[in-house]
Amino acid sequence: MLVIDVIATVLMGVGAFFMITGAVGLLRFPDFYTRLHATGKCDTLGEVLIIAGCMVYEGFSFITIKLLLLMVFIFIANPVGTHAIMKAAYLTGVKPWKKGDKRM
Amino acid sequence: MIVIFLAIGLLIMSTILLSMYRAVLGPGVFNRIAASNVIGTKVIVLLVVIGYIFERPMFIDISLLYAILNLVSTLIIAKYLERGEICSS
Repeated sequence: MLVIDVIATVLMGVGAFFMITGAVGLLRFPDFYTRLHATGKCDTLGEVLIIAGCMVYEGFSFITIKLLLLMVFIFIANPVGTHAIMKAAYLTGVKPWKKGDKRM
Repeated sequence: MIVIFLAIGLLIMSTILLSMYRAVLGPGVFNRIAASNVIGTKVIVLLVVIGYIFERPMFIDISLLYAILNLVSTLIIAKYLERGEICSS
């Protein structure tokens, strides 16, 4: 394997680790807000790292520019969607979880 | 290198299956919307990895289109649940 392949493998492995962490947080946290807290950040970072690994593997070509556009779009779009869902839930009246409450 | 892309794709598919639990059984509508948004953003990366497995770069265009559709659908559903209507007259 070349050095570029090793760098791409490490980047994609770290990204997959972050995505698995976000999925476990979505399953295990007790509340709606804490679940979005887990997925909103871990998923963004994991997906961007996997796309960065693909960019390193590709080299410099026209596909790299498309992947860069996709990366910038994910960095903008994913927090915006999370914020919109969370604001809708807060204005509709979903109560935050406090210590000692039942898991929702 | 194709073996590594296959392994990454299988890991992403396992995370999609873990999120599918919250999308099916989650209490209330907001948990389901959040889980479907998460699944949509995972599918974008899965399409890129599938494009490298099959050695067809055309899949990246499909993933760009899917990213835009996922953002617009999430925003519209969130606005509908917040206000009770889509267009305010």
